[in-house]
Amino acid sequence: MISLVGHQNPLLSRQISGNIDSKTGTILLKRGFAHMLKHGVIMDVTDVNQAQIAEEAGAVAVMVLDKLPIEVRQSGGVARTAGMKIIKDVVNNVSIPVMAKCRIGHISEAVVLENSGVDMIDESEVLTPADESSHIWKWDFTTPFVDGAKNLGQALRRIEEGASMMRTKGEPGTGNVVEAVRHMRAMNQDIAKITYFYNQQDKQELFRISKELNTSYELVVETGRLGRLPVVNFAAGGITTPADAALMMKLGCDGVFVGSGIYKSSDPLERALAIVLATTFHDKVEVVAEAQEMIDEKKSMVGLGDNLDFKMQDRGI
Amino acid sequence: MKKVNIGILGIQGDVEEHVASVESAFREITMDGVVSIVKYPEEIDSINGLIIPGGESTSIGKLSNNDDFQSSIKKKITQGMPVLGTCAGLIFLSNHIIQNSSNTSQKLLGSLDIETERNAFGRQHESFQSEFPIPKFGIDKFMGIFIRAPRIRSIGSNVEILAKLNDDIVAVKQGNIIGTCFHPELSNTVIFHKYLIELVRESL
Repeated sequence: MISLVGHQNPLLSRQISGNIDSKTGTILLKRGFAHMLKHGVIMDVTDVNQAQIAEEAGAVAVMVLDKLPIEVRQSGGVARTAGMKIIKDVVNNVSIPVMAKCRIGHISEAVVLENSGVDMIDESEVLTPADESSHIWKWDFTTPFVDGAKNLGQALRRIEEGASMMRTKGEPGTGNVVEAVRHMRAMNQDIAKITYFYNQQDKQELFRISKELNTSYELVVETGRLGRLPVVNFAAGGITTPADAALMMKLGCDGVFVGSGIYKSSDPLERALAIVLATTFHDKVEVVAEAQEMIDEKKSMVGLGDNLDFKMQDRGI
Repeated sequence: MKKVNIGILGIQGDVEEHVASVESAFREITMDGVVSIVKYPEEIDSINGLIIPGGESTSIGKLSNNDDFQSSIKKKITQGMPVLGTCAGLIFLSNHIIQNSSNTSQKLLGSLDIETERNAFGRQHESFQSEFPIPKFGIDKFMGIFIRAPRIRSIGSNVEILAKLNDDIVAVKQGNIIGTCFHPELSNTVIFHKYLIELVRESL
Protein backbone atom coordinates (compact mmCIF):
# COMPACT_ATOMS: atom_id res chain seq x y z
CA MET A 1 0.00 0.00 0.00
CA ILE A 2 1.04 3.61 -0.38
CA SER A 3 2.25 5.48 2.68
CA LEU A 4 0.21 8.63 3.18
CA VAL A 5 2.25 10.13 5.99
CA GLY A 6 3.59 13.58 5.30
CA HIS A 7 2.59 17.18 5.09
CA GLN A 8 -0.06 17.91 2.53
CA ASN A 9 -1.02 21.31 1.26
CA PRO A 10 -4.83 21.30 1.27
CA LEU A 11 -4.91 23.75 -1.66
CA LEU A 12 -3.18 21.18 -3.77
CA SER A 13 -6.08 18.79 -4.16
CA ARG A 14 -7.90 21.06 -6.55
CA GLN A 15 -11.16 19.98 -8.07
CA ILE A 16 -11.32 19.51 -11.80
CA SER A 17 -14.24 20.55 -13.91
CA GLY A 18 -17.13 18.27 -14.77
CA ASN A 19 -17.04 16.03 -11.76
CA ILE A 20 -17.30 17.75 -8.41
CA ASP A 21 -15.56 14.90 -6.60
CA SER A 22 -12.52 14.68 -8.89
CA LYS A 23 -9.14 15.72 -7.54
CA THR A 24 -5.67 16.01 -9.09
CA GLY A 25 -2.24 16.30 -7.49
CA THR A 26 -3.08 14.40 -4.31
CA ILE A 27 -0.37 12.58 -2.36
CA LEU A 28 -1.91 9.28 -3.49
CA LEU A 29 -1.74 10.23 -7.19
CA LYS A 30 1.80 11.59 -6.93
CA ARG A 31 3.30 8.75 -4.89
CA GLY A 32 1.12 6.28 -6.82
CA PHE A 33 2.72 7.34 -10.11
CA ALA A 34 6.14 6.39 -8.71
CA HIS A 35 4.78 3.03 -7.53
CA MET A 36 3.87 2.21 -11.16
CA LEU A 37 7.55 2.53 -12.16
CA LYS A 38 8.75 -0.15 -9.74
CA HIS A 39 11.00 -2.98 -10.97
CA GLY A 40 11.72 -0.90 -14.05
CA VAL A 41 14.54 1.09 -15.66
CA ILE A 42 14.49 4.84 -16.35
CA MET A 43 16.97 5.97 -19.00
CA ASP A 44 18.66 9.34 -19.57
CA VAL A 45 18.17 10.56 -23.15
CA THR A 46 19.21 13.68 -25.05
CA ASP A 47 17.11 13.31 -28.21
CA VAL A 48 14.02 11.62 -29.68
CA ASN A 49 16.02 8.81 -31.25
CA GLN A 50 17.54 7.81 -27.92
CA ALA A 51 14.10 8.04 -26.27
CA GLN A 52 12.62 5.68 -28.85
CA ILE A 53 15.49 3.21 -28.38
CA ALA A 54 14.79 3.33 -24.63
CA GLU A 55 11.07 2.69 -25.16
CA GLU A 56 11.83 -0.14 -27.56
CA ALA A 57 14.15 -1.70 -24.97
CA GLY A 58 11.36 -1.75 -22.36
CA ALA A 59 12.30 1.30 -20.24
CA VAL A 60 9.46 2.44 -17.92
CA ALA A 61 10.29 6.12 -18.44
CA VAL A 62 12.89 8.42 -19.98
CA MET A 63 14.71 11.40 -18.45
CA VAL A 64 15.36 14.24 -20.88
CA LEU A 65 18.64 16.10 -20.49
CA ASP A 66 20.54 18.69 -22.48
CA LYS A 67 23.78 16.76 -21.87
CA LEU A 68 24.46 13.35 -20.32
CA PRO A 69 26.09 13.58 -16.87
CA ILE A 70 29.58 12.67 -18.18
CA GLU A 71 29.27 15.45 -20.79
CA VAL A 72 28.23 17.87 -18.04
CA ARG A 73 31.46 16.95 -16.21
CA GLN A 74 33.59 17.28 -19.34
CA SER A 75 32.10 20.54 -20.61
CA GLY A 76 32.21 22.34 -17.26
CA GLY A 77 30.29 25.61 -16.89
CA VAL A 78 26.71 25.86 -15.69
CA ALA A 79 24.31 22.98 -16.34
CA ARG A 80 20.63 23.97 -16.57
CA THR A 81 17.29 22.37 -17.38
CA ALA A 82 16.93 20.95 -20.91
CA GLY A 83 15.49 23.04 -23.74
CA MET A 84 11.70 23.12 -24.09
CA LYS A 85 11.84 22.00 -27.70
CA ILE A 86 13.66 18.77 -27.02
CA ILE A 87 11.43 18.04 -24.00
CA LYS A 88 8.28 18.55 -26.08
CA ASP A 89 9.68 16.48 -28.95
CA VAL A 90 10.29 13.56 -26.62
CA VAL A 91 6.89 13.99 -24.92
CA ASN A 92 5.23 13.83 -28.36
CA ASN A 93 7.20 10.88 -29.66
CA VAL A 94 7.16 8.23 -26.95
CA SER A 95 4.21 6.69 -25.10
CA ILE A 96 6.05 6.02 -21.81
CA PRO A 97 6.35 8.69 -19.07
CA VAL A 98 8.83 11.51 -19.60
CA MET A 99 10.84 13.18 -16.84
CA ALA A 100 13.15 16.18 -16.90
CA LYS A 101 15.63 17.71 -14.46
CA CYS A 102 15.56 21.11 -12.82
CA ARG A 103 18.29 22.69 -10.72
CA ILE A 104 18.17 22.20 -6.94
CA GLY A 105 16.00 24.97 -5.48
CA HIS A 106 15.07 26.45 -8.88
CA ILE A 107 11.32 26.89 -8.41
CA SER A 108 10.87 28.67 -11.75
CA GLU A 109 12.54 25.94 -13.79
CA ALA A 110 10.20 23.50 -12.02
CA VAL A 111 7.15 25.63 -12.93
CA VAL A 112 8.28 25.67 -16.56
CA LEU A 113 8.74 21.89 -16.53
CA GLU A 114 5.31 21.37 -14.97
CA ASN A 115 3.84 23.30 -17.90
CA SER A 116 5.83 21.36 -20.50
CA GLY A 117 3.84 18.18 -19.94
CA VAL A 118 6.55 16.09 -18.23
CA ASP A 119 5.21 13.43 -15.88
CA MET A 120 7.83 13.85 -13.15
CA ILE A 121 10.45 16.47 -12.25
CA ASP A 122 13.92 15.46 -11.00
CA GLU A 123 15.41 18.09 -8.66
CA SER A 124 18.90 17.04 -9.57
CA GLU A 125 22.46 17.50 -8.37
CA VAL A 126 23.65 16.77 -11.93
CA LEU A 127 22.68 20.35 -12.76
CA THR A 128 24.31 23.36 -11.11
CA PRO A 129 22.36 24.19 -7.91
CA ALA A 130 20.34 27.43 -7.99
CA ASP A 131 19.84 27.68 -4.22
CA GLU A 132 22.45 26.59 -1.70
CA SER A 133 20.21 26.79 1.35
CA SER A 134 16.85 25.39 0.25
CA HIS A 135 15.39 22.74 -1.98
CA ILE A 136 12.01 23.24 -3.68
CA TRP A 137 8.84 23.00 -1.56
CA LYS A 138 7.42 20.26 -3.73
CA TRP A 139 3.95 20.03 -2.15
CA ASP A 140 3.05 23.16 -4.15
CA PHE A 141 3.18 21.22 -7.42
CA THR A 142 0.68 18.91 -9.10
CA THR A 143 3.52 17.14 -10.93
CA PRO A 144 5.39 14.68 -8.69
CA PHE A 145 9.12 15.10 -7.92
CA VAL A 146 12.01 12.69 -7.55
CA ASP A 147 15.05 13.78 -5.52
CA GLY A 148 18.49 12.33 -4.81
CA ALA A 149 19.89 11.38 -1.40
CA LYS A 150 23.16 9.96 -0.13
CA ASN A 151 21.84 9.13 3.32
CA LEU A 152 18.58 8.65 5.19
CA GLY A 153 18.54 12.20 6.60
CA GLN A 154 18.59 13.74 3.11
CA ALA A 155 15.94 11.27 1.90
CA LEU A 156 13.53 12.02 4.75
CA ARG A 157 14.07 15.79 4.43
CA ARG A 158 13.23 15.60 0.73
CA ILE A 159 10.11 13.52 1.50
CA GLU A 160 9.18 16.09 4.13
CA GLU A 161 9.40 18.75 1.39
CA GLY A 162 7.09 16.71 -0.81
CA ALA A 163 9.27 14.41 -2.93
CA SER A 164 7.11 11.53 -4.22
CA MET A 165 10.08 9.33 -5.08
CA MET A 166 13.73 9.08 -4.06
CA ARG A 167 16.91 7.83 -5.71
CA THR A 168 20.47 7.39 -4.54
CA LYS A 169 22.76 10.19 -5.66
CA GLY A 170 25.63 7.88 -6.45
CA GLU A 171 28.23 9.71 -8.52
CA PRO A 172 26.67 10.52 -11.91
CA GLY A 173 28.67 10.27 -15.12
CA THR A 174 31.52 8.21 -13.68
CA GLY A 175 30.56 4.70 -14.78
CA ASN A 176 31.44 3.71 -11.21
CA VAL A 177 28.70 2.07 -9.13
CA VAL A 178 30.55 2.32 -5.80
CA GLU A 179 28.93 5.56 -4.62
CA ALA A 180 25.38 4.34 -5.32
CA VAL A 181 26.20 1.20 -3.32
CA ARG A 182 27.60 3.32 -0.48
CA HIS A 183 24.47 5.49 -0.38
CA MET A 184 22.07 2.55 -0.48
CA ARG A 185 23.97 0.70 2.25
CA ALA A 186 24.00 3.81 4.44
CA MET A 187 20.23 4.17 4.06
CA ASN A 188 19.60 0.47 4.72
CA GLN A 189 21.69 0.54 7.90
CA ASP A 190 19.88 3.58 9.28
CA ILE A 191 16.47 2.16 8.36
CA ALA A 192 17.36 -1.11 10.13
CA LYS A 193 18.27 0.88 13.26
CA ILE A 194 15.00 2.83 13.17
CA THR A 195 13.00 -0.36 12.56
CA TYR A 196 14.63 -1.92 15.64
CA PHE A 197 13.64 1.00 17.88
CA TYR A 198 10.16 1.08 16.31
CA ASN A 199 9.66 -2.59 17.16
CA GLN A 200 10.87 -1.85 20.71
CA GLN A 201 8.40 1.07 20.77
CA ASP A 202 11.30 3.21 22.06
CA LYS A 203 9.74 6.55 21.19
CA GLN A 204 12.36 8.62 22.98
CA GLU A 205 15.07 7.06 20.78
CA LEU A 206 12.99 7.59 17.62
CA PHE A 207 12.55 11.23 18.64
CA ARG A 208 16.30 11.57 19.20
CA ILE A 209 16.96 10.09 15.73
CA SER A 210 14.50 12.53 14.15
CA LYS A 211 16.50 15.43 15.64
CA GLU A 212 19.77 13.86 14.52
CA LEU A 213 18.43 13.50 10.95
CA ASN A 214 16.80 16.97 10.98
CA THR A 215 13.45 15.55 10.01
CA SER A 216 10.06 15.03 11.60
CA TYR A 217 9.30 12.45 14.28
CA GLU A 218 6.27 11.38 12.24
CA LEU A 219 8.38 10.41 9.21
CA VAL A 220 10.90 8.52 11.34
CA VAL A 221 8.07 6.52 12.95
CA GLU A 222 6.56 5.79 9.52
CA THR A 223 9.97 4.58 8.25
CA GLY A 224 10.21 2.26 11.27
CA ARG A 225 6.70 0.94 10.76
CA LEU A 226 7.35 0.18 7.07
CA GLY A 227 10.95 -0.98 7.48
CA ARG A 228 11.77 1.02 4.33
CA LEU A 229 11.56 4.54 2.92
CA PRO A 230 7.93 5.75 2.79
CA VAL A 231 8.26 6.39 -0.97
CA VAL A 232 9.64 4.39 -3.90
CA ASN A 233 13.46 4.42 -3.94
CA PHE A 234 15.52 3.85 -7.11
CA ALA A 235 19.25 3.42 -7.67
CA ALA A 236 21.06 6.12 -9.63
CA GLY A 237 24.56 7.41 -10.29
CA GLY A 238 27.17 5.23 -12.00
CA ILE A 239 25.12 2.20 -13.10
CA THR A 240 26.76 0.92 -16.31
CA THR A 241 26.25 -2.82 -16.76
CA PRO A 242 23.39 -5.33 -16.25
CA ALA A 243 25.30 -6.73 -13.28
CA ASP A 244 25.44 -3.22 -11.74
CA ALA A 245 21.65 -2.98 -12.05
CA ALA A 246 21.13 -6.44 -10.52
CA LEU A 247 23.45 -5.51 -7.64
CA MET A 248 21.41 -2.40 -6.82
CA MET A 249 18.16 -4.40 -6.95
CA LYS A 250 19.67 -6.94 -4.53
CA LEU A 251 20.46 -4.10 -2.14
CA GLY A 252 16.73 -3.34 -2.02
CA CYS A 253 16.26 -0.63 -4.66
CA ASP A 254 12.81 -0.54 -6.31
CA GLY A 255 14.26 0.11 -9.77
CA VAL A 256 17.18 1.71 -11.58
CA PHE A 257 18.09 4.98 -13.33
CA VAL A 258 20.77 4.67 -16.00
CA GLY A 259 22.46 7.84 -17.18
CA SER A 260 25.59 8.02 -19.28
CA GLY A 261 26.04 4.23 -19.04
CA ILE A 262 23.88 3.41 -22.05
CA TYR A 263 24.44 6.10 -24.66
CA LYS A 264 28.11 6.55 -23.81
CA SER A 265 28.75 2.89 -24.56
CA SER A 266 29.25 1.66 -28.13
CA ASP A 267 26.43 -0.90 -27.81
CA PRO A 268 23.48 1.22 -26.56
CA LEU A 269 20.52 -0.85 -27.80
CA GLU A 270 21.88 -4.20 -26.58
CA ARG A 271 22.93 -2.61 -23.31
CA ALA A 272 19.54 -0.96 -22.76
CA LEU A 273 17.78 -4.30 -23.32
CA ALA A 274 20.25 -6.15 -21.12
CA ILE A 275 19.95 -3.71 -18.22
CA VAL A 276 16.14 -3.93 -18.34
CA LEU A 277 16.33 -7.74 -18.25
CA ALA A 278 18.81 -7.82 -15.38
CA THR A 279 16.70 -5.35 -13.36
CA THR A 280 13.45 -7.29 -13.68
CA PHE A 281 14.98 -10.74 -13.27
CA HIS A 282 17.76 -9.80 -10.84
CA ASP A 283 16.74 -12.76 -8.66
CA LYS A 284 17.55 -15.30 -11.39
CA VAL A 285 21.26 -15.93 -11.95
CA GLU A 286 20.73 -17.38 -15.45
CA VAL A 287 18.98 -14.25 -16.72
CA VAL A 288 21.56 -11.86 -15.24
CA ALA A 289 24.31 -13.97 -16.83
CA GLU A 290 22.49 -13.95 -20.16
CA ALA A 291 22.05 -10.17 -19.92
CA GLN A 292 25.71 -9.71 -19.11
CA GLU A 293 26.55 -11.77 -22.22
CA MET A 294 24.49 -9.41 -24.37
CA ILE A 295 26.99 -6.62 -23.73
CA ASP A 296 30.69 -6.32 -24.39
CA GLU A 297 32.87 -4.95 -21.60
CA LYS A 298 35.18 -3.48 -24.24
CA LYS A 299 32.22 -1.32 -25.28
CA SER A 300 31.39 -0.07 -21.77
CA MET A 301 32.05 3.61 -21.15
CA VAL A 302 35.57 3.94 -19.78
CA GLY A 303 34.39 5.89 -16.77
CA LEU A 304 36.25 7.90 -14.18
CA GLY A 305 38.20 6.72 -11.16
CA ASP A 306 37.85 8.05 -7.64
CA ASN A 307 40.19 11.03 -8.04
CA LEU A 308 37.38 13.39 -8.99
CA ASP A 309 37.84 17.14 -8.96
CA PHE A 310 34.34 17.66 -7.73
CA LYS A 311 31.54 15.40 -6.61
CA MET A 312 27.97 16.04 -7.74
CA GLN A 313 26.75 14.12 -4.69
CA ASP A 314 27.97 16.92 -2.41
CA ARG A 315 25.39 19.27 -3.91
CA GLY A 316 22.16 19.71 -1.94
CA ILE A 317 21.58 19.61 1.81
CA MET B 1 -10.81 -28.67 -1.70
CA LYS B 2 -7.88 -26.86 -3.31
CA LYS B 3 -6.58 -23.70 -1.68
CA VAL B 4 -7.17 -20.40 -3.44
CA ASN B 5 -3.76 -19.39 -4.84
CA ILE B 6 -3.66 -15.93 -6.41
CA GLY B 7 -0.61 -15.11 -8.52
CA ILE B 8 0.49 -11.52 -9.11
CA LEU B 9 2.33 -11.02 -12.41
CA GLY B 10 5.63 -9.71 -11.01
CA ILE B 11 7.36 -8.43 -14.12
CA GLN B 12 6.98 -4.70 -13.50
CA GLY B 13 4.71 -2.24 -11.72
CA ASP B 14 2.93 -2.05 -8.37
CA VAL B 15 3.19 -5.77 -7.63
CA GLU B 16 3.57 -5.49 -3.83
CA GLU B 17 0.44 -3.33 -3.51
CA HIS B 18 -1.60 -6.14 -5.07
CA VAL B 19 0.04 -8.71 -2.78
CA ALA B 20 -0.95 -6.57 0.22
CA SER B 21 -4.50 -6.10 -1.13
CA VAL B 22 -5.01 -9.85 -1.63
CA GLU B 23 -3.65 -10.58 1.86
CA SER B 24 -5.99 -8.02 3.29
CA ALA B 25 -8.93 -9.49 1.31
CA PHE B 26 -8.12 -12.98 2.68
CA ARG B 27 -8.13 -11.54 6.23
CA GLU B 28 -11.47 -9.77 5.72
CA ILE B 29 -13.21 -12.94 4.58
CA THR B 30 -11.15 -15.10 6.99
CA MET B 31 -9.90 -17.35 4.24
CA ASP B 32 -6.65 -19.28 4.39
CA GLY B 33 -5.42 -18.54 0.87
CA VAL B 34 -2.06 -18.16 -0.82
CA VAL B 35 -0.71 -15.18 -2.75
CA SER B 36 2.48 -15.49 -4.79
CA ILE B 37 4.50 -13.36 -7.19
CA VAL B 38 4.71 -14.94 -10.64
CA LYS B 39 7.67 -14.09 -12.91
CA TYR B 40 8.70 -17.34 -14.54
CA PRO B 41 6.82 -19.92 -16.71
CA GLU B 42 7.19 -22.73 -14.15
CA GLU B 43 5.30 -20.62 -11.58
CA ILE B 44 2.08 -20.43 -13.64
CA ASP B 45 1.00 -24.03 -13.03
CA SER B 46 0.26 -23.77 -9.31
CA ILE B 47 -1.93 -20.62 -9.39
CA ASN B 48 -5.70 -20.61 -9.83
CA GLY B 49 -6.23 -16.86 -10.09
CA LEU B 50 -4.07 -14.07 -11.59
CA ILE B 51 -3.67 -10.32 -11.21
CA ILE B 52 -1.87 -8.23 -13.83
CA PRO B 53 -0.85 -5.02 -12.02
CA GLY B 54 -0.46 -1.41 -13.04
CA GLY B 55 2.84 -0.30 -14.53
CA GLU B 56 4.00 0.39 -18.06
CA SER B 57 2.13 -1.85 -20.47
CA THR B 58 4.96 -1.70 -23.04
CA SER B 59 7.48 -2.96 -20.47
CA ILE B 60 5.16 -5.66 -19.11
CA GLY B 61 4.39 -6.85 -22.65
CA LYS B 62 8.03 -6.94 -23.74
CA LEU B 63 9.40 -8.59 -20.63
CA SER B 64 6.81 -11.33 -20.49
CA ASN B 65 7.39 -11.91 -24.20
CA ASN B 66 8.67 -15.38 -23.59
CA ASP B 67 6.58 -17.76 -25.68
CA ASP B 68 6.04 -20.30 -22.90
CA PHE B 69 5.08 -17.64 -20.42
CA GLN B 70 2.53 -15.67 -22.43
CA SER B 71 0.98 -18.74 -24.02
CA SER B 72 0.59 -20.58 -20.72
CA ILE B 73 -1.05 -17.51 -19.14
CA LYS B 74 -3.36 -17.18 -22.14
CA LYS B 75 -4.20 -20.88 -22.08
CA LYS B 76 -5.12 -20.81 -18.39
CA ILE B 77 -7.35 -17.76 -18.92
CA THR B 78 -9.07 -19.51 -21.84
CA GLN B 79 -9.59 -22.55 -19.60
CA GLY B 80 -11.42 -20.31 -17.12
CA MET B 81 -8.81 -19.09 -14.61
CA PRO B 82 -10.16 -15.85 -13.10
CA VAL B 83 -7.97 -12.83 -13.82
CA LEU B 84 -7.97 -9.16 -12.80
CA GLY B 85 -6.12 -6.58 -14.90
CA THR B 86 -5.67 -3.05 -13.55
CA CYS B 87 -4.63 -0.09 -15.74
CA ALA B 88 -1.62 -1.47 -17.67
CA GLY B 89 -3.01 -4.93 -16.85
CA LEU B 90 -6.30 -4.02 -18.56
CA ILE B 91 -4.41 -2.95 -21.70
CA PHE B 92 -2.34 -6.16 -21.64
CA LEU B 93 -5.53 -8.28 -21.41
CA SER B 94 -7.35 -6.43 -24.20
CA ASN B 95 -7.46 -7.59 -27.80
CA HIS B 96 -7.15 -4.22 -29.49
CA ILE B 97 -5.34 -0.97 -28.81
CA ILE B 98 -5.83 2.29 -30.65
CA GLN B 99 -2.41 3.07 -32.08
CA ASN B 100 -1.09 6.58 -31.71
CA SER B 101 1.73 7.49 -34.05
CA SER B 102 4.13 7.28 -31.12
CA ASN B 103 3.26 3.73 -30.13
CA THR B 104 5.76 1.04 -30.82
CA SER B 105 4.26 -2.34 -31.60
CA GLN B 106 2.86 -3.66 -28.37
CA LYS B 107 2.33 -7.22 -27.16
CA LEU B 108 -1.21 -7.97 -25.97
CA LEU B 109 -2.73 -11.13 -24.49
CA GLY B 110 -5.96 -10.48 -26.39
CA SER B 111 -8.26 -12.34 -23.95
CA LEU B 112 -10.62 -9.43 -23.26
CA ASP B 113 -12.81 -8.19 -26.10
CA ILE B 114 -12.35 -4.45 -25.68
CA GLU B 115 -10.55 -1.65 -27.45
CA THR B 116 -8.36 0.57 -25.26
CA GLU B 117 -6.47 3.80 -25.78
CA ARG B 118 -3.39 4.38 -23.63
CA ASN B 119 -3.07 7.46 -21.38
CA ALA B 120 -6.31 8.75 -22.87
CA PHE B 121 -7.29 10.70 -19.73
CA GLY B 122 -4.04 12.67 -20.09
CA ARG B 123 -0.53 12.69 -18.73
CA GLN B 124 0.48 12.59 -15.02
CA HIS B 125 -0.48 16.25 -14.48
CA GLU B 126 -4.08 15.24 -15.36
CA SER B 127 -4.09 12.04 -13.26
CA PHE B 128 -7.08 12.18 -10.92
CA GLN B 129 -9.13 10.45 -8.25
CA SER B 130 -12.89 10.41 -8.47
CA GLU B 131 -15.87 8.68 -6.92
CA PHE B 132 -18.44 6.63 -8.82
CA PRO B 133 -20.94 3.85 -8.04
CA ILE B 134 -20.41 0.14 -8.62
CA PRO B 135 -23.96 -1.29 -8.69
CA LYS B 136 -22.77 -4.90 -8.90
CA PHE B 137 -21.01 -4.57 -5.52
CA GLY B 138 -23.81 -2.43 -4.05
CA ILE B 139 -21.43 0.52 -3.63
CA ASP B 140 -22.54 4.15 -4.14
CA LYS B 141 -19.15 5.76 -3.89
CA PHE B 142 -15.98 3.95 -4.89
CA MET B 143 -12.81 6.06 -4.95
CA GLY B 144 -11.07 5.29 -8.24
CA ILE B 145 -7.41 6.24 -8.67
CA PHE B 146 -6.64 7.06 -12.32
CA ILE B 147 -2.91 7.41 -13.05
CA ARG B 148 -2.12 8.13 -16.71
CA ALA B 149 -5.11 5.87 -17.16
CA PRO B 150 -6.31 4.20 -20.34
CA ARG B 151 -9.80 4.73 -21.77
CA ILE B 152 -11.99 1.87 -22.92
CA ARG B 153 -13.13 2.98 -26.40
CA SER B 154 -15.44 0.08 -27.24
CA ILE B 155 -16.52 -3.28 -25.85
CA GLY B 156 -17.64 -6.57 -27.37
CA SER B 157 -21.23 -7.82 -27.00
CA ASN B 158 -20.20 -10.37 -24.34
CA VAL B 159 -18.58 -7.75 -22.10
CA GLU B 160 -20.47 -6.57 -19.00
CA ILE B 161 -20.03 -2.98 -17.74
CA LEU B 162 -19.17 -2.95 -14.00
CA ALA B 163 -18.67 0.78 -13.55
CA LYS B 164 -18.91 4.06 -15.40
CA LEU B 165 -17.45 7.47 -14.59
CA ASN B 166 -19.70 10.01 -16.28
CA ASP B 167 -19.86 8.63 -19.84
CA ASP B 168 -16.71 6.53 -19.66
CA ILE B 169 -16.72 2.80 -19.04
CA VAL B 170 -14.04 2.30 -16.39
CA ALA B 171 -14.52 -1.31 -15.22
CA VAL B 172 -15.63 -4.38 -17.20
CA LYS B 173 -16.17 -8.12 -16.81
CA GLN B 174 -16.16 -10.80 -19.47
CA GLY B 175 -16.78 -14.20 -17.86
CA ASN B 176 -13.70 -14.94 -15.77
CA ILE B 177 -11.91 -11.72 -16.76
CA ILE B 178 -12.18 -8.42 -14.84
CA GLY B 179 -10.52 -5.22 -16.04
CA THR B 180 -10.30 -1.70 -14.56
CA CYS B 181 -8.92 1.58 -15.93
CA PHE B 182 -8.13 2.63 -12.34
CA HIS B 183 -6.04 1.14 -9.51
CA PRO B 184 -8.26 -0.74 -7.01
CA GLU B 185 -5.04 -1.79 -5.21
CA LEU B 186 -4.50 1.85 -4.17
CA SER B 187 -8.03 2.40 -2.84
CA ASN B 188 -9.02 2.00 0.78
CA THR B 189 -11.24 -0.98 -0.01
CA VAL B 190 -10.26 -4.37 -1.45
CA ILE B 191 -13.67 -5.07 -2.98
CA PHE B 192 -12.23 -6.02 -6.40
CA HIS B 193 -9.73 -8.41 -4.82
CA LYS B 194 -12.50 -10.05 -2.77
CA TYR B 195 -14.55 -10.43 -5.95
CA LEU B 196 -11.64 -12.09 -7.76
CA ILE B 197 -11.21 -14.50 -4.83
CA GLU B 198 -14.94 -15.29 -5.00
CA LEU B 199 -14.63 -16.10 -8.73
CA VAL B 200 -11.62 -18.34 -8.00
CA ARG B 201 -13.51 -20.16 -5.24
CA GLU B 202 -16.42 -20.79 -7.61
CA SER B 203 -14.05 -22.10 -10.28
CA LEU B 204 -12.41 -24.74 -8.04
